[in-house]
Amino acid sequence: MASETTATGIVAIPEPTSDGSLWGFSRPQRIAFIVLLVFLGVAPFAGLYPVFLMKLLCFGLFACAFNLLIGYVGLLSFGHAAYFGMGGYIAGHTAKVMGVPPELAIILGGVVGAALGAVFGWVAIRRQGIYFAMITLALSQLVYFVCVQAPFTGGEDGIQAIPRGKLFGIIDLSPDLSMYWVVATVFVIGFLLVHRIVHSPFGMVMKAIKENEPRATSLGYRTDDYKLLAFILSAGLAGVAGATKSLVFGIATLTDVHWSMSGEVVLMTLVGGLGTVFGPLVGAAVIVTMQNYLAEWGAWVTVIQGGIFVACVLAFRRGIVGEIGALLRVKL
Amino acid sequence: MTTTRRTLLSGAAGTAALGGLPFSSARAQAANTIKIGVLNDQSGTYRDISGPYGVECTRQAVAEFGAQGFNVEVIVADHQNRPDVGVNISRQWYDQGVDMILDVPTSSVGLAVNTVAREKNKAYINTGSATSDLTGTACSPNTIHWMYDTYMLAKSTGGAMVRAGGDSWFFITADYAFGHALERDTGNFVRAAGGRVLGNVRYPFPATSDFSSFLVQAQASRAKVIGLANAGADTINSVKQAAEFGITRRGVKLAALLMFLPDVHAIGLETAQGLVLTESFYWDLNDRTRAITTRLQPRLRDIKPNMASIANYSAALHYLKAIKDMGVAASKASGIEVINRMKAMPCDDDAFGAGSIRPDGRKLCPSYLFEVKSPAESRAPWDYYKLLQTTPAEEAFRPLNEGNCPLVRS
Repeated sequence: MASETTATGIVAIPEPTSDGSLWGFSRPQRIAFIVLLVFLGVAPFAGLYPVFLMKLLCFGLFACAFNLLIGYVGLLSFGHAAYFGMGGYIAGHTAKVMGVPPELAIILGGVVGAALGAVFGWVAIRRQGIYFAMITLALSQLVYFVCVQAPFTGGEDGIQAIPRGKLFGIIDLSPDLSMYWVVATVFVIGFLLVHRIVHSPFGMVMKAIKENEPRATSLGYRTDDYKLLAFILSAGLAGVAGATKSLVFGIATLTDVHWSMSGEVVLMTLVGGLGTVFGPLVGAAVIVTMQNYLAEWGAWVTVIQGGIFVACVLAFRRGIVGEIGALLRVKL
Repeated sequence: MTTTRRTLLSGAAGTAALGGLPFSSARAQAANTIKIGVLNDQSGTYRDISGPYGVECTRQAVAEFGAQGFNVEVIVADHQNRPDVGVNISRQWYDQGVDMILDVPTSSVGLAVNTVAREKNKAYINTGSATSDLTGTACSPNTIHWMYDTYMLAKSTGGAMVRAGGDSWFFITADYAFGHALERDTGNFVRAAGGRVLGNVRYPFPATSDFSSFLVQAQASRAKVIGLANAGADTINSVKQAAEFGITRRGVKLAALLMFLPDVHAIGLETAQGLVLTESFYWDLNDRTRAITTRLQPRLRDIKPNMASIANYSAALHYLKAIKDMGVAASKASGIEVINRMKAMPCDDDAFGAGSIRPDGRKLCPSYLFEVKSPAESRAPWDYYKLLQTTPAEEAFRPLNEGNCPLVRS
């Protein structure tokens, strides 16, 4: 207990990437990553429904992208649904109307997410704390209203019947399992990218900004540039996640640009564990599982959800993964 | 004591999380069981319109159908008005042996499930969505749209209202595609019936809760009818605020383009009196509707059915009759064949009387223009409507050749 009390407030300086291992994974992280890979490989054959798994991975990637910003730069963006939803709309529109192949649609979703992030980030990073959150929320609401009105989004009906298409023109993605491997690959690439960014020299500066921005400035870093770049990377990844999701489900709708989606990704990250590598995925898994499997309990969904959140907040302050990490005395 | 509480809470959270899981695996597929999945809103905006009551109406249909050589099972899920949740559940259901999905309010979810049903070649009966695309550009051989759509509401409220004397209109419209469509269609019917549209005002959607300036503007136009081209909470707010301004008491009619009996019940007659709206079912319409309402009462307790909830009864009953007619094995082989058999058979039930289903998947039934009674006129609980006009089944919906449904052209 004593160690815990002294640790609060004073956070240890991140150790320089240690044993020269690839991607900067520590040993427990490497084990956890291998477990994750095995799980991804086995899950669809172990009775878990592929579409459900794909949804989980899409939200997992979304939460990872969000975590990059809040967990490592300390910026609470309350408008990430804009990039997520817009990525989905762009991918859906290009795949359905223009007949773009799925891999390109996903990339386009990411590019548009990043571009949107560049503009919004440029405006928002000038402020901190609650003002930053409010500006991102306001800008994302702007996007929401555009999506309600713009003809290409289909208004409240959304873009329906988006074809999954053929990967590289060869592999038909309409069977759930082949789509699953694509989504799993996208997720693993995105996940490793986030991890790589965090453990790069750039990531070290991000963490320095999170701990003490004036000090980072005094050391000669242009903190605004770093924050903007982190924002763009995060928005781009959110766009990729949204694009992938719209291909999986064949729909892109207002739900994904609505502010409640921005709130949901905050919850996923908090429940999973802020600033942990695996936390966002676990958090996304918990929330998505609840939405899916509690659906059969009818009106009890919201009550049970609420109860679980209360329990999480009271019992797992550091999030699920954070608590497990603290228990095992490792950083996950 | 922190540790104890913490352990207790984590234990509770864990148990709750685990409790949800075995649901996915506990589905043994029996060859002689027909599974109906009711997918609707159990907790949000549309709960009171159908939700648990729609499920009870479906169960009533199953009970009345009785044992006919096969078992019928009804399962339920809450799509939380989210298309991705709806798609996920419907795919899972169809893959795991659900034969027909029923209800599905919210247009975006209704259309999404439409695509899934077609891909999996299963049966899908939508009773809850308002979009007329389900029998138009998005129509599918696997789908029947059983109840109201925007065209039918606009035609009855617009056209029949003019015949009932309301010949000059002013629209208060939610500024998004649904509101625009309602206003455009209704305006066309008003003009076609010889009425005039004096003006309109569009308010930002969502996030408008103060309608007073729009209502004053509408009143200043001296129109006889104020058309509310919006839905849900917006409609309820407009009606309440109109009552505060005393608009209806001065002889101006308020026409709600999408409103149901439970909404009137929620607002109360004092506020809702004089409101004009369209439904295809009213419990006190005739002997048959009163009979089915009486039979349903033990299940619904103190709630009366409305057109959206009781449509599930009507649809499930007709579906089961078609299954009996073609045999369980044949019905499981192809959703299209089931829907085709349903289209070939004439419908008849106590809720909507005799009816039929068109090739584009549109179930035909009459629509009724009602006026909400004043508290003095109402003699019993739920005695809310008086009938103004009836639009016969053949005229109530969009003509077959105007919907651009690909099934009709081929």
